[in-house]
Amino acid sequence: MGPFIISTRFGVQMMIDVTIKGAGVLGLSIATEISVRGGKVTIIDPNGAPGPHGCSWWAGGMLAPFCEGESAEEPVVRLGQDAIAWWEKNGADITYNGSMVIALGRDIKELARFGRRTSNFENIDADKITELEPDLEGRYRKALYFPSEAHLAPRQALDALVSQLKHNNIEIQTSGEADAHSTIIDCRGLAAQDKLTDLRGVKGEMLILHCPDLNLKRPIRLLHPRIPLYIVPRGDGIYMLGATMIEAGERSRITARSMLEMLTAAYALHPSFGEAEILEIGVDARPAFNDNLPRIRYEGNTIYANGLYRHGYLLAPSVAQQVANYLFDGTRPEFSDGDMPNTKNEVHHDHCA
Amino acid sequence: MSKLFYDTELKNPLMLGTAQYPSPSILADAFKMSGAGVATVSLRRESGADRAGQEFWQLIKDLNVPVLPNTAGCYTVKEAVTTAHMAREVFGTPWIKLEIIGHTDTLQPDVYGLVEGARILSEEGFQVFPYTTEDMVVAERLLEVGCEVLMPWGAPIGSGLGLNNEHGLRMLRAHFPDVPLVVDAGIGLPSQAAHAMELGYDAILLNTAVAKAGDPPLMAKAFADAICAGKAAYDADPMEPRDMAEPSTPVIGKAFL
Repeated sequence: MGPFIISTRFGVQMMIDVTIKGAGVLGLSIATEISVRGGKVTIIDPNGAPGPHGCSWWAGGMLAPFCEGESAEEPVVRLGQDAIAWWEKNGADITYNGSMVIALGRDIKELARFGRRTSNFENIDADKITELEPDLEGRYRKALYFPSEAHLAPRQALDALVSQLKHNNIEIQTSGEADAHSTIIDCRGLAAQDKLTDLRGVKGEMLILHCPDLNLKRPIRLLHPRIPLYIVPRGDGIYMLGATMIEAGERSRITARSMLEMLTAAYALHPSFGEAEILEIGVDARPAFNDNLPRIRYEGNTIYANGLYRHGYLLAPSVAQQVANYLFDGTRPEFSDGDMPNTKNEVHHDHCA
Repeated sequence: MSKLFYDTELKNPLMLGTAQYPSPSILADAFKMSGAGVATVSLRRESGADRAGQEFWQLIKDLNVPVLPNTAGCYTVKEAVTTAHMAREVFGTPWIKLEIIGHTDTLQPDVYGLVEGARILSEEGFQVFPYTTEDMVVAERLLEVGCEVLMPWGAPIGSGLGLNNEHGLRMLRAHFPDVPLVVDAGIGLPSQAAHAMELGYDAILLNTAVAKAGDPPLMAKAFADAICAGKAAYDADPMEPRDMAEPSTPVIGKAFL
């Protein structure tokens, strides 16, 4: 492992050369981060491009670090706050409308609980709800509003990264091996279970609906003790409705129960969803470690970056920066949980040899 | 002396559920901090076509406490029996918490289905822990068909309301002095769990109150401590309450007024 050393008449320069396995949200983010810093990047993904085979395709795309704080560990809230700027800089269309959290009548106490565990929100009343979401007029008396949050459309965001990389002459290759001097970065998500034995899958099921009767402007989370649901507007009356969280690595097969629960919750949020057309059904499993935080791990000449759980778009920028900082500056990644060879020492050692 | 649950002595009368935690690490910490004696686990939602929940089940096995699989979310005897078969295969235990829901909103047990399911499973060699109400007649029927443990609810599942019918729970205790009794469901606070133990109950089964707390491991420990205190209080044979004051030091011979 280690940077490729080029000797020139000007002295010794180091060339960061990486081969990234996996073109999901994390692989592409790391590729982006390394290429903008001048590294040489090769991406290998047998599927050739992001698509329905990977769970990045099915994500909600909420950039909602404060809402996630309800159940996520502290680093998700802290590091997730930088995600919006990163995605903006890298070509994603960001909608800056905040997010809203509501609860149905008998679950209204859940709002207080959610508020106690999160920050950077306003308690809003029926008038303010109507002002923000006219379609919800008269339906809810109270809500939480997180004004600094945002959302993006995952498939557009992935496209933007792919285009930008192409512009820099980096194409996704469908096969090939890493050169001997290239550092392998394994971003295969759940497929890396063959190497990362403590990686598990958390199944998620989601739906994409067309509901032109509604014009919701921001992600809405519906609190419910059993089925916390969110709806993310994609524009043109398209909504992403998600997502179940089931402790299983199964990557296909939506159950009738899950579909029923999600659609019932959407219908309860607004009856217009009863008339919605179901455009897509998505099922996949999120890669996760036991604390649901990512890991950057160095093992057997490979850097493994994995375990983004339900925070792919929220944490990929931070994980990508951590990997790049490690390669370029030798900074130990916050998400590493084992030995990381000191890149600077290795460079020195290689040079002396 | 503690009663045996089908020949097993619990090292701790807290039976802790494994659903709804923020992460498996936090779940494991809750067990570590509380020393809970039994882990209950739901198979239904985690089971895929290819039994894809294995990673999570392995994690439960790694907790190193007896596992009580349950049939949560089953509405019919047939579903519950099928789930019990799967549980036995996955966890290699004859224990099964039999839960057959009769009502969607209250998640109240269907006691008719429960008795029937308990009969079938007991005949098949299962050791059944039935989630029931405090109804005395149902309790008798469950014992008749082979149950050796009873698990009446405190209040509806997930409600956190505590002991809705203390009188009914007292009657069960008085009527079945030798049967291990567990308050299952509805417990929201450690004080409620302590109360149930003070009534002479043998264990407390709960999940939501710990999993949905802001700090689940700390709450699990609070429950374990309260349950331990309640059990000690019952074992210590508490005083009888009185209507009038009774001074703890003699008053005769002392000046008064």
